[in-house]
Amino acid sequence: MIAQELYDLLKTTFSDGILEAKLDGVIDPWVSVAPDRILDVARFLRDDERTQFDLLTLLSGVDMTKGTLAAVYHLYSMKRNHKIVLKTFVPETHPHVQSVASIWRTADWQEREAFDMYGMIFDGHPDLRRILMPDDWDGHPLRKDYQVPEFYNGMKVPY
Amino acid sequence: MDATLTEVEKGRRPTTIPGLGRALRTEEMVISMGPQHPSTHGVLRLDIVVDGEIVADVIPRIGYLHRCFEKHCEHMANYQQVIPYVDRLDYVAAMSNEFGYVVAMEKMLKIQVPERVEYIRVIMAEFSRIVSHLIAIGTYGLDIGAWTPFLYCMRDREHVLDIFEETCGARLLYNYMWIGGLSHDVKPTFKDKVLEFCKYFRPNIKELNDLLSYNKIFIDRTASVGVLPGDVAVNFGVSGPVLRGSGVQWDIRKNDPYSIYNRFDFDIPFGKGEKGKVGDCWDRYMVRVHEMEQSVNIIEQAAKQLPEGDVQSAIPKRIRPEAGEIYMRTETPKGELGYYIISDGTASPFRIKVRPPCFVNLSALPAMCRGAMIADIIAILGSTDVVLGEVDR
Repeated sequence: MIAQELYDLLKTTFSDGILEAKLDGVIDPWVSVAPDRILDVARFLRDDERTQFDLLTLLSGVDMTKGTLAAVYHLYSMKRNHKIVLKTFVPETHPHVQSVASIWRTADWQEREAFDMYGMIFDGHPDLRRILMPDDWDGHPLRKDYQVPEFYNGMKVPY
Repeated sequence: MDATLTEVEKGRRPTTIPGLGRALRTEEMVISMGPQHPSTHGVLRLDIVVDGEIVADVIPRIGYLHRCFEKHCEHMANYQQVIPYVDRLDYVAAMSNEFGYVVAMEKMLKIQVPERVEYIRVIMAEFSRIVSHLIAIGTYGLDIGAWTPFLYCMRDREHVLDIFEETCGARLLYNYMWIGGLSHDVKPTFKDKVLEFCKYFRPNIKELNDLLSYNKIFIDRTASVGVLPGDVAVNFGVSGPVLRGSGVQWDIRKNDPYSIYNRFDFDIPFGKGEKGKVGDCWDRYMVRVHEMEQSVNIIEQAAKQLPEGDVQSAIPKRIRPEAGEIYMRTETPKGELGYYIISDGTASPFRIKVRPPCFVNLSALPAMCRGAMIADIIAILGSTDVVLGEVDR
């Protein structure tokens, strides 16, 4: 299925859950999904006979600046050999996204990483805690406005 | 939970010893393995929850090698400066990491690189696959208790590193592939040396099989251990030899070709459950051995077709991609290495996200370990072949 067909299918199934899309003039076409509908959309995309997205290749957090964070899902179907990118935009003040760890188990660690680096809260995640940074670290380092702390546990952080 | 589960997780296989029943069930205990344990292949800590000798759960603790790769990239002055950092992700196969990055950038900038560059890159990437698999196989033997194959593997690896050193001066971290070209052209003797190596290396794979692969003790330790079924593997997103070991014939070089891989004739080895169940440690191991054979085939074909040309003619003076984004994936020795690059139209990257194959493969470790013995964890971890430099970034 090409991106346009996938978008039309999603739009007819989840009318208000699909917000916008950029399908032409970009290398990877993407569709934006409401943060509280992403679980339904993910389940539909994995289980529907026409889409069969069995592989969540990459889940990444992005700081879009201007107070917006994004979770980006690169999906791929090994059976049907097509791909689509889903994006979810959330405000920095209320960064809640539904977890898809129950759909693709690979999302477990990748969501933890996005939480660790961007402070995005994935509702329904089985074990949402930091993964790369120490448990007692302050702040979320990959945010664009992040300030490197001067001290960590009373130790001076060099440079 | 409606995700795919393994047999143990579905509760079809008991986690206690058959025949003894639940009467002998003892209290669960947590053993911490690592971060300096010799068999964890780097600084990885595993909290192992054991019920007697049987593993109830494994909780990997990672991050000991975290060095802010992605944050560093955002602070680079330009896109070329990322390449030396990329080397240090999977430091035993640095050429493959560079290959993935430059291919992504060239697709973003719409650069067509000269034929000679493509061929040299493929040769180097396949060499790096051989080097990585030799280390994986050698250290895997070491984990299980076979010392000699490790020395044989290191000996063969030296020959490849010599070729790398002669070409670009470095043995491990090369900064060799540049966006649009290469840092150096190869030496005039390169082609002969490559073909000579192929001739030398083929019999050594057979020797390795006799020494390790079909060794009775080795098979007993690895066959039917740490079984990862194909559907669970896909659900976990694992890639590379771990996925193919589970019987899924999937290789990005064939299924989503990049560079010039569609010009070469090679097979995708996959696990068939020859010695035990499909997706066990032996299958994952054997996929690596067969992949080395296929890599030698590719190298031989590429070296014979190597065209003449200038390797630096397509290198852009100034790199400033249009605002936009790209996700590009390549098949490295460990699996699917992807770069998600976002440009905001300036000379410095807005966001570079790496999809590290080892990170994803390691996340499937608990599912493989549940229900196994403590000693099997060493075998299972070794067979996934993780490099912590890439897991932690």
